[in-house]
Amino acid sequence: MRLLEFFRLLRGSRSAETAKQRLQVLVALDRSGAAGPDFLPLLQKELVEVIRKYVEVEERQVKVELERGADFSVLEINVELPTSRLLKRAAV
Amino acid sequence: MAKVIVVTSGKGGVGKTTSAAAISTGLAQRGHRTVVIDFDVGLRNLDLVMGVERRVVFDFVNVINDGIRLNQALIKDKRVDNLFILPTSQTRDKDALTREGVERVMEELRAEFDYIICDSPAGIEKGAQMALYFADEAIVVTNPEISSVRDSDRILGLLHSRSRRAELGLDPIRAHLLLTRYDLDRVQRGDMLKLEDVVDILAIPVLGVIPNDPMVLHCSNLGLPVILERKSRAGEAYRDAVARLLGEQVEMRFVKPERRGLLDWLVRRSA
Repeated sequence: MRLLEFFRLLRGSRSAETAKQRLQVLVALDRSGAAGPDFLPLLQKELVEVIRKYVEVEERQVKVELERGADFSVLEINVELPTSRLLKRAAV
Repeated sequence: MAKVIVVTSGKGGVGKTTSAAAISTGLAQRGHRTVVIDFDVGLRNLDLVMGVERRVVFDFVNVINDGIRLNQALIKDKRVDNLFILPTSQTRDKDALTREGVERVMEELRAEFDYIICDSPAGIEKGAQMALYFADEAIVVTNPEISSVRDSDRILGLLHSRSRRAELGLDPIRAHLLLTRYDLDRVQRGDMLKLEDVVDILAIPVLGVIPNDPMVLHCSNLGLPVILERKSRAGEAYRDAVARLLGEQVEMRFVKPERRGLLDWLVRRSA
C-alpha cells in the first residue's frame, strides 16, 4: 500500500486544477446573475403555445436545455413534431 | 470608535464560530474591549466553543424583545480580560431578531466596546443578513473546497448589496479572506485548492490561513478558544490573523512547506 501511495504521490491527481477551472466558470455565472435561468419554465410554456398555433404538440414534446460555458451558454430548444399531425395540417 | 466585524461564510461547517471565538479572544488579549455576539438564533453554539454554556441566563433575544438589560445578558470571560460574550436564544427562531432591536443593541455596544464581533449563522437568509447588516468589516471564512468558495462569493455579493453601508451609500464593508482547514500536503499534491487559487477567484485581501489542526477539535471539546492553546498551529495562525486585523504586517505562515528533518519525514510517512 505504501508503495502505491508513493507512486500516486509522484503522479499527482491534480484535481485542484479542475476545481479551480470549474469554480471560475461557476462564479462568473453567479455574478452575472445568469446562473438562475428562472425564465426557462415560462419560456417553455409560451413556446408550446406558439407552436400549438401551427401544430398540435404536447408540453413534453418541447425540450428546453441550457448548456453553460465559460464564455457563452447555449440554449437548445428541441421540438418533436409528429409526422402524422404535420400531414393532417397540410391536408386542411 | 467601535468597529463591527461580521464573521460569515454562506456555507455551514467551515469554522465561523471557531474563528469568531478565536479572533474575539485574540483581540481582547491584545487589550481591546471586545464583545462577540451569537447571531445563530435557535442553534446556539458560540457559548459552547467559548466554554461559558453553564453561565447563560439571559440572551440577545431577551434583550431585544423582553426588556432584559444588556448587562444582564453579557457574560464576562474568566480567562481573558476585556472579553464579553452575548449568547443567543436556543428556543426562538430567526424572526426574533428585528432590525430595530438589533440596531438598538449595537448602538449600546458601540458605546462600550472597541470591537463587536458578529458570529453569523450559515446560509444567506434573514439570520445571516441580520448578522452582516451593521458590519464595518467582514471576515469571510472559507475552506479550500469548491462549494465553500462559491458560497463565499455569494456572501461577498450580499455584503455589497444588503448591508447598512451599501444602503446608505457609505464606504463598502471591508472584506477579508480567512482560509481555514488548509492542508499543505494535499495542496502540494495538487489535490486541494491553494491559497492563490482562492484569492484569484474571490479577489479580496487575505487575513490569514489556518492550517488543518487536530487541536481545533480538541479545544472545542474543552470549550477553549484555540487561540489560547499555545501549542496549536491553528492558534498561532489565528494570532497572526488578529495582528493583521490590527493593521500589523505579519508574514503568512503555514502556506509553504516547513524544513523537515529526515526523521520527521519518516515519522510522518509511517503515521
